[in-house]
Amino acid sequence: MSTEIALGAGAGLSTELATEHHEHHEHHQSFITKYVFSTDHKMISKQFLITGIIWAFLGGLMSVLFRLQLGYPDSHFYWLQDVLGKFWVDDGRITPQAYYALVTIHGTVMIFFVLTAGLSGTFANFLIPLQIGARDMASPFMNMLSYWFFLAAGLVMLSSLFVETGPFSGGWVAYAPLSALRDASPGSKSGMDLWLIAMILFVVSSLLGGLNYVATILNMRTKGMSMTRLPLTIWALFFTAVIGILSFPVLFSGFILLIFDRNFGTSFYLSDIFINGVGALPNEGGTAILYQHLFWFLGHPEVYIVLLPAMGMASEIMSINSRKPIFGYMAMIGSLFAICILSFLVWAHHMFVSGLNPFVGSVFVLLTLLIAVPSAIKVFNWLTTLWRGNIRFTPGMLFTIGFVSLFISGGLTGIWLGDSAIDIHLHDTYFVIAHFHLVMGVASMFGMFAGIYHWFPKMYGRYMNNTLAYIHFWITLVGAYLIFWPMHYEGLAGMPRRYYDYSSWESFKQFAELNRFISTVVIITFAAQLLFIFNFFYSIFKGRKVTTKNPWGANTLEWTTPINPGHGNWDGEIPEVHRWAYDYNKDGREFIPQTEPVGADESQH
Amino acid sequence: MLKNILFNRLIEDVMMALTDTPNRSKKIHPHKFLMWMGIGSICMMFAGLTSAYIVKRNQANWEDVQLSPVFMYSTAVIILSSVTMYLSLKAFKARAMQKYKNLISITVVLGLVFAYLQYIGFKGMANHGVLLLGPGSNAAASFLVVIIGLHVLHVLGGVIALLITFFRAFRTKVKSYSPVPIEIVSTYWHFVDILWIYLYIFLYVAR
Ligand code: HEM
Ligand SMILES: [Cu+2]
Repeated sequence: MSTEIALGAGAGLSTELATEHHEHHEHHQSFITKYVFSTDHKMISKQFLITGIIWAFLGGLMSVLFRLQLGYPDSHFYWLQDVLGKFWVDDGRITPQAYYALVTIHGTVMIFFVLTAGLSGTFANFLIPLQIGARDMASPFMNMLSYWFFLAAGLVMLSSLFVETGPFSGGWVAYAPLSALRDASPGSKSGMDLWLIAMILFVVSSLLGGLNYVATILNMRTKGMSMTRLPLTIWALFFTAVIGILSFPVLFSGFILLIFDRNFGTSFYLSDIFINGVGALPNEGGTAILYQHLFWFLGHPEVYIVLLPAMGMASEIMSINSRKPIFGYMAMIGSLFAICILSFLVWAHHMFVSGLNPFVGSVFVLLTLLIAVPSAIKVFNWLTTLWRGNIRFTPGMLFTIGFVSLFISGGLTGIWLGDSAIDIHLHDTYFVIAHFHLVMGVASMFGMFAGIYHWFPKMYGRYMNNTLAYIHFWITLVGAYLIFWPMHYEGLAGMPRRYYDYSSWESFKQFAELNRFISTVVIITFAAQLLFIFNFFYSIFKGRKVTTKNPWGANTLEWTTPINPGHGNWDGEIPEVHRWAYDYNKDGREFIPQTEPVGADESQH
Repeated sequence: MLKNILFNRLIEDVMMALTDTPNRSKKIHPHKFLMWMGIGSICMMFAGLTSAYIVKRNQANWEDVQLSPVFMYSTAVIILSSVTMYLSLKAFKARAMQKYKNLISITVVLGLVFAYLQYIGFKGMANHGVLLLGPGSNAAASFLVVIIGLHVLHVLGGVIALLITFFRAFRTKVKSYSPVPIEIVSTYWHFVDILWIYLYIFLYVAR
C-alpha cells in the first residue's frame, strides 16, 4: 500500500527502488509528515479548509466591526477600544483609517483567501483524485508548496494588521494612485507593501495549485473515466483552474508595474499628482486606468473562479439528493465552457464610468449580457433537476438550494449593472454591493457549506450534527437576504459605497434606521456562523461515526474508497469506470455506481 | 529535520518524474504537461505586459527609446544556448555522459552570459542618457526594464533548473536514465529563447 503511495503515477519502478523508497516513507510518518508537511491530497485539502475557515472567521469579524460603524455611527464602544487599541477604535468609535482598512482587508481576505483558496483549494484537492480515480495529484510536492505559499500569504497579510500605520486601506481592488504612493494615505505605507507581498505569494500558490489540478484531471483519470463521464464537480474545478492559470499572471504583471511605481519612481500609473503636505510629484504620463484594465482582466475572471466550484458542487449534490440524473449534463459542461470564455471578455464592465469610450462600452455591454445566457441555462437545469425529484433535505442539499436561490437573486441585478447607461447611476453604490454579495459572496459561501456538509463524512469519517446544521442554514439564508436585499434600495437612492459616515448627508439620513437594522442582522448572522465552526470542529472528534462506505447512496468513485482512506486512496487496484456519474433512479434502481458495468438489457442514458 | 523532510518530499516527486510507466507511454508525462501549462501562464504574464505597453504607447508622453545594440549579441548567445541544449539532450539520450556534461555546462555558461549582456545593454543605454527608472523617467524606458528584466529572471530560473538536473544525473545513490527531467528543462529553455526573440522583435517594432 505505501509503496503505491510513493509511486503515485509510477507503477513501473524497479522493485529494488520501490523497497528502498518504501522504508524511506515509513520511517518518517511522524506527526510532522502526516499533518504538517503532508503530500497526501486529502490532508492538504483539510489544511486549506481549516485555514480558510480561520480566515472566514477573521474576515467576518471585520465586517461586524465596520457594520458597527455604519449601523451605530453615534454610539461609543469603549470596551472595543480596550480590546483593539487606539488605532482601531478611538473615543469608542471605529476610526476612519480603521474603517477603510477593515473594508479593504475584509474584501481581499474573503475573495482570495476564503472563496478562492479555501474553496478551490479544499475541494479541488479533495475531490479531483478521489472522483477521477487517482492515487494523488500529478505533483504532490507542488501541491504541498501551493498550500505553504497560501499559508505564507496569509501570515504576511495578517502581519499587516499590526504595523503602526495600519493595513492597506484603498479597497480590495487596490487602485493606483492610492496603492502606488506611500504618502497617499497611512495604509499606503508598509501596509501596502505587505499587502502586495501577500498577494504575490497568493498568486504563486494559486498557479501551483491550478497547474496541478489541470494536469491531474487531464492525465491521471482511471480506466474508463472519459471526460464525458466526469462528475460536474470535476468539470467545474477544471474550468476554475484554467481561468486561474490564464488570469492570475496578468494580475501579476499589473502588480509588477505597481511595485516599480511604488519603489523605483516610474510613472506607469501616475501622472500630475499633488499631495497635501507633500506637494506636486514629478511623475508624468502614467495612467491609472491602465491598472484598472490589468486588475479587472483578472478581477472579473476571479469572480468566476470563486463561483464555478460552487456551481459544480451544487450540481453534484443536487442530483444525488434529488435521486435524479442531473438535467442536461452536456449543457452544463457547455455553459461552464461558455462562462469560462466570456469571463475573459467582459472586464471593462467594471469601468463604464472611468471615461471608457462609449462605443467600446457598448461592445462590453453586449458581451456582458451574453453571460446571462449560460447562467440561465444552468439555473434552468438545476430547477429541472429538482422538479419532481425525491428530494432528501440533507444540510448539503438545503445549502445547494439556497445557492441556486441566491444566484438567481444576485444574477438578475447583474443585468441591470451590465447596461452601461443604468450603470452610470448605479456604479459605486450599495446596489453593486448587494449584487455581488448575493451572486458571488453568499452564493459561493453556500456552495462551500454545501460541500463541507456533504463531503464531511468522507473527510473525517464522521457526520456533522444535523440539528445545528439546520439552524445554521435557516439563520444564514434569512440573514443573507435581510442584509443584502435592502442594500438595493439604498443603492437605487444613490447611496455610495465606501463612505465612513452617511449621517452627515441629508439625502442618506433616511437610511439610518435601515442601516442599524442591517448591522443588527449582521451580528446575528455572524453568531450563527460560530455554530457552524463549533459543529465542524466538534464533529471532527466527536461526530457520529460513518458506518457504511456510501452513506448518501452516491455514484461517484470517492464513495468506493474505505471509510477512512489512507494515502493512495484505494487499498487494492483503482476501480474501473463504466458509466457516467448520474444514473439515479434508472431502470427501477435507485442508484448505480460508476464502477458497475453496463448490463446487457440496460437502457441508454 | 525540516530540510530533511522537505527533501524527501522532493525526492518522492522526482521519483514520479523518473518512472515512466509503460501503460501510459502514449500519454504525455504529467510533469511535462505541467511544464507546458506553466509556459502558458508565463505567456499570459508577458501578454499582459506587452498589451499594457501597447495601451501606454498610444497615449501622450511616449518617448522613442533606442534599444541598445548589445541586445543583438545577447540574442545570438541565447540562440546558441538553445543549440547546445538540444545537443546535450541528444547526448544524454545516447548515454554519452561526458559529452552531455560538457554541453550542459556550456549551456549554463551561455545562459549566464546572456543575463550579463542584458545588464551591459541597460548600462549602455543609461550611459547614453536614457533615464530608465526614478523620477522623471519615461514609461517607454521603464517598460524595457520591467519586461526584459522579468525575462532575465526566467532565464536565470532556467539556469538553476539546469544545474539541478545536471547534478542529479550524477548522483550515485539513485541512478536514473530517465530523460524526462532533462526534456522538461530543455522545453523550458527553448521557450525562454523563443520568448526573448518575440520580445526583442516586439520591442523593436512596437517602439
Ligand atoms: C448575469 C450576469 C452578471 C452580470 C451581467 C454582471 C454585471 C456586473 C457589472 C456591470 C458590475 C459592475 C458594477 C459597477 O461597479 O458599477 C458587476 C460588479 C460585480 N459583479 Fe457582476 N455580473 C453578473 C454576474 C456576476 C457573478 C456570477 C459574479 C460572481 C460570481 C459577479 C461578481 C461581481 C462582483 C464581485 C462585482 C463588484 C466588484 C467591485 O466593484 O468590487 N457578478 N457585475
Ligand atoms: Cu465583472
